[in-house]
Amino acid sequence: MKKILILSTAMTSFGFAANADITVMSWGGAYGEAQTEAFIKPFIAATGKNAIMVDSDNPATPVKAMVESGNVTVDVASLEYADAIRLCDEGVLEPIDINSLPAGADGTPAAEDFLPGAVTECGVSTDIWSNVFAYDTTVFPEGPTKAADFFDLEKFPGKRGLKKGAKAVLELALMGDGVPASEVYAVLNTPEGVDRAFAKLDTIKSEVVWWEAGSQAPQLLADGEVVMTTAYNGRIFAAAMNEGKPFQIVWDGQIYENEMFVVPKGAPNMADAMEFIKFATSTEGLRKSAEQISYGPARKSSLATDIIFKDGKTVMAPHLPTAPENLTNALETSADFWVDHDAELNERFQAWLSQ
Amino acid sequence: MAEAATNLLTTADGRPLKAALAAAQARARRRAFLLVLPLLLFVVLTFLVPIGYMLKRSFEHDGFANSAPTLVNWFAQNKGFDPANPPEEAYAALVQDLARMQVEKTTGQAGTRINYSVPGTISLFKKGAREADTLTPPFKEALLAVDPEWGMPALWRGMESASHVYTPEFYLVAADRKLTDEGWARGDDGQRIYLYLFVKTFIVSAIITVLCLLLAFPVAHLLATLPMAKSSLLMILVLLPFWTSLLVRTTSWIALLQEQGIVNDLLVGIGLIGNDGRLSMMYNMTGTIVAMTHVLLPFMILPLYSVMKVIPPSYARAARSLGATSWTTFRRVYLPQTLPGIAAGSLLVFILAVGYYITPALVGGADGQLISNLISFHMSKSNWSLAAAIAGMLLVAILVLYWLYDRLVGIDRLKLG
Repeated sequence: MKKILILSTAMTSFGFAANADITVMSWGGAYGEAQTEAFIKPFIAATGKNAIMVDSDNPATPVKAMVESGNVTVDVASLEYADAIRLCDEGVLEPIDINSLPAGADGTPAAEDFLPGAVTECGVSTDIWSNVFAYDTTVFPEGPTKAADFFDLEKFPGKRGLKKGAKAVLELALMGDGVPASEVYAVLNTPEGVDRAFAKLDTIKSEVVWWEAGSQAPQLLADGEVVMTTAYNGRIFAAAMNEGKPFQIVWDGQIYENEMFVVPKGAPNMADAMEFIKFATSTEGLRKSAEQISYGPARKSSLATDIIFKDGKTVMAPHLPTAPENLTNALETSADFWVDHDAELNERFQAWLSQ
Repeated sequence: MAEAATNLLTTADGRPLKAALAAAQARARRRAFLLVLPLLLFVVLTFLVPIGYMLKRSFEHDGFANSAPTLVNWFAQNKGFDPANPPEEAYAALVQDLARMQVEKTTGQAGTRINYSVPGTISLFKKGAREADTLTPPFKEALLAVDPEWGMPALWRGMESASHVYTPEFYLVAADRKLTDEGWARGDDGQRIYLYLFVKTFIVSAIITVLCLLLAFPVAHLLATLPMAKSSLLMILVLLPFWTSLLVRTTSWIALLQEQGIVNDLLVGIGLIGNDGRLSMMYNMTGTIVAMTHVLLPFMILPLYSVMKVIPPSYARAARSLGATSWTTFRRVYLPQTLPGIAAGSLLVFILAVGYYITPALVGGADGQLISNLISFHMSKSNWSLAAAIAGMLLVAILVLYWLYDRLVGIDRLKLG
């Protein structure tokens, strides 16, 4: 009996190791599913190597913990842009050479094919996602159209959903107060600018419902708990497409950033991990991702022809944060600013919340 | 005489009886110890070691001390330097270290460490390190030309403080202190958050404990006195939510209490409130207290029940027959006997409530945040030392309460079920 037990344990552990050549850690939910469909399954089919997906609330936290404790079990992780830069600076991530990435399908070298900033010292962009706000068209048929409308309680009465955190909320407040996107971080870098952002938030504070998990935002809107809410654009798109919700995204004042694939220092399957990243962030890989969820590819060559949603008919281009008509008043998150001020402004934000 | 007597008592093989008994008892003790050894190892490995490690973390950070050895050395030799105007050698040491950081890729570690007390310095270090090897003496002017922020007295104070691997800095931050150009000072109004949240956490936990006690007492009494068949059914009703996932229960409360939720719909439906006057019971302190009271209720009911179960009903009957009113009977006879259960339940609920995280995060909204939410925030932002310092303060506060409790009620009177 004991022998059988040991044997079966050995076999399962062997089987497990053989089955999971690469472990990819991402955010779960609709996003994790999209990455499984777009990257993991095609990679297994194309290379015969195996890969599995594991979920985390925010992969940056376990990645740092793993590297610090010297017990790394993840080969590839999906991080927010600022986290990818911060952890790279802290020496937690492997550097990735942009010239080792495959050229675009049209032959453009990777360094020119990727949008500016999409490849950093340690990370490669898998998609560009955005903080937008959305409303229920049955409540406001005419709809808000500008960032300022989010703060206009007279014209658009009702509760607002806002992410509970400083990042992307202070920026929206400044844009709602009339600061053009190009000047937002210059203003926010001054104490007066921070005061101005909080003063703008004060005007709607009594009407705000705060959300924390990405899935809460469309839920609040669907329940009628709020009449408009900030959200990750892919979540609103998914609710509208898959569940037929009457949600409309307002792109004015959107705050977008790259999501990065990184390799933690000491990853058990370093070579395969790099191969996986090259595969996933190729022209075709990024297109596949955008077919699943409305986050934009960071390669110019991926946008050469129309990307069609998995329902087989919806053209993705107008739903992506990177569509030209959505970028008229858009802000790219400043990783430098948030790496420096995240802790400070979030403390202030928490203090402001509980006043 | 006594000595002679013990000498006489021996076992069959001639050993003194006392020694043989001692040996046999030692064997039994060793066996007993071996039985608890797995548990002991488990507790040490999964509880004591992590807590010790966490407490160590709250004092220790070597991110800057390791990556700037020249400057650390300079600080050690010039203890009384003026942070408002550091001399040229200090700048020279700093530039040398910045150049080293660029080569060894430790800029992020050093900048992150300083950023904890002087916000905005990560990019300062990155920029400084990138240009360090191009700088020429005098280094003070050269570095200030790269960025005038290098002259900030607060920055020099921060670097001096971070040059020690062990520092009380994280506890200062957790006590709402802030590093300014003149040294550590009270944080600005409207930006102090930690002590406020500490007090709030303890007040909210106390409210929840009292609510749990008020709700649990009659239920536990019914459980203890009803006939078996009925009390079993009631017990299942008590335990059923206990077996349900915490998240499911919290989400159910959201569905019930939110503004477009079932309770509000019902109240509007029967005309008690108008459609504009829907009550805000979710995403605020009310929501946090209602949901947490519900989640923690079984922890109060079960210890109370176990105590009430063994109180003989004859005591109350005796009191009544001797002329006590029902209130006096309850107050003087029944209630004192349930004290161990009340004490145990209250302690359990209070300590669980103080560290509660997920429920306030989901239903707390703006003013329902507790200190645990900030610990979690700093964990996710990788400022583990500050998270550990806040957690350490929480641990000390709870130990103090536990000590007080021991002095006032007595820990030996605790009955956990």
